[in-house]
Amino acid sequence: MGMTMAEKIIARASGKSTVKPGDFVWANVDTAMMDDLLGPRVVIADQIKKLGNRVWDKEKVVIISDHYSPAANITQAEILQFTRNWAKEYGISKYYEGLGPCHQVLAEEGFDIPGTLMVGTDSHTTTAGAFGCFGTGIGSTEMLGVLVSGQIWLRVPETMLLIWKGKLQTGVYAKDLILRSIKAIGQAGATYKVMEFTGSCIEDLTVDDRMTIANMAVEAGAKTGLIAPDQKVFAYLEKIGASKGTPLYSDPDAQFSERLEFDASELPPQIALPHEVDRVVDIAEAEGEVIHQAYLGSCTNGRYADLAEAAKILKGKKVHPDVRMLVSAASRSIYHQALKDGIIETLSEAGAMILAPSCGACLGLHSGILARAERAISSTNRNFIGRMGHKEAEIFLASPASVAAAAIAGKITDPRNYL
Amino acid sequence: MLTLHGKVLKYGDNINTDLITPPQYLEKSLEVMAQHAMEGVDEQFTAKITPGGILVAGNNFGPGSSRETSPIALKLAGVGAIVAKFFARIFYRNAVNIGLPVLECSEVDKISDGDVLSINLQTGTIANITTGETYQATPLSEPVMDILSAGGLIPFLEKKYGRDIADGKNEAPHRY
Repeated sequence: MGMTMAEKIIARASGKSTVKPGDFVWANVDTAMMDDLLGPRVVIADQIKKLGNRVWDKEKVVIISDHYSPAANITQAEILQFTRNWAKEYGISKYYEGLGPCHQVLAEEGFDIPGTLMVGTDSHTTTAGAFGCFGTGIGSTEMLGVLVSGQIWLRVPETMLLIWKGKLQTGVYAKDLILRSIKAIGQAGATYKVMEFTGSCIEDLTVDDRMTIANMAVEAGAKTGLIAPDQKVFAYLEKIGASKGTPLYSDPDAQFSERLEFDASELPPQIALPHEVDRVVDIAEAEGEVIHQAYLGSCTNGRYADLAEAAKILKGKKVHPDVRMLVSAASRSIYHQALKDGIIETLSEAGAMILAPSCGACLGLHSGILARAERAISSTNRNFIGRMGHKEAEIFLASPASVAAAAIAGKITDPRNYL
Repeated sequence: MLTLHGKVLKYGDNINTDLITPPQYLEKSLEVMAQHAMEGVDEQFTAKITPGGILVAGNNFGPGSSRETSPIALKLAGVGAIVAKFFARIFYRNAVNIGLPVLECSEVDKISDGDVLSINLQTGTIANITTGETYQATPLSEPVMDILSAGGLIPFLEKKYGRDIADGKNEAPHRY
């Protein structure tokens, strides 16, 4: 019987020729990523002393300070300082700070390697699935186990296949596609499963767009969201001088727990209403909802094409006087490119505030927190109660184009009105 | 450890990590996070929870962040176990790893706020002392039971492999 891509990666990582869903295995971890929020400072720094006081392989450990950078207060500054010092003390040379959200930095620095197993102390580690890398989020204690042993126990998950055919219309993006996917299966629809995305529409998408999709797989409860690595992925890796790894693919006779088919050509822009990621409707149903903040950024949708698309809409226009528009590129290199190409200038001229590449606003840590009763449209991945600030604030999730359109209109509107 | 008694606090579906531990408290100490546990759902939670109390919820408890601070905050607030129809994957693993028992039971709708439960972790049997009913939770898998019996992943690693790790033979045996 054939195996899915996820099963093959787990089999490879656990030194087995075959595995099947439900098996428990100990798997060797290829990349262990910690952030500042839930990395060394939580449990790990204290408890590692009892367990040999060293990491199993310094070359496989990556630390990225992104949540509290740049710090908004002394506590956050001290968390960054602690993380930085811990990396030095334990000989972790792959330490990055101020470059942007970890999942984008991981991709740009060449850690998203096809066929490998990556664990990270952030749930959106699923983003690496866009490269055919089994990326998954784990807690701090679990990370401690990985740091001392290089291994993690896994229950081999079933794989759900989502087939997207057809072409996305103008004004409809990868974000709309993943929101629609989450609506179809529900926020717990992929619990303990892997989502594998395939079909002509996925093949047409850029690697950056695929990252948006894999990033949000966890919002349906998935362990990871995989996409078969193709020439686009290999070209991406080659450009940055990264390893092509060992690409693995689902067999034609692999067993999938479900197969869902979607037609991309029929999809209008989507939006997730407060306060659940699966409360997704066609944007027309939310038309006219007043917003106070428009946030463009994050590991979900702060990449170059996201900024460029927003700039296209905002060029020569102004952000509504009652709206604050905030822009945070997903990495320094994206920021640089957008700066060189005039995109940052266009956004700023339209009235957007340009922020540092950071996770801050996405989860209400700094750089744009919402007050009571304020409403935001955001290109990020979660709209839970209290996510971006006050628990009586409301968050709508949509594509960068929809964020830009709402910023001009002061209310939610179909981005195709501006394209 | 194998049998737990406690009074129920009951909640609904999809209690996510931003509700359990709101992001603005993540820079604070674990004790402060515990004081604000479940604030997004019930501001009275920490006042109502009794030591060893059992949190009962519906579908999909704990989706969202990988923050282990969510189960830690609940444990420090006094929660002795969580019973839900099912859990989000990362939360489930985190709870086990920090030694907080989590049970999946399809019959949670029969349990009311204030009921007193007695849970046998070995068999997954839940006795409702208040109503006299008995429910069956999914028995815990072997790796989960091993980690919970040790009191969490750290004591488990320490007990099983601590010496080897300290000696530089840092290889966790393939047990399962």
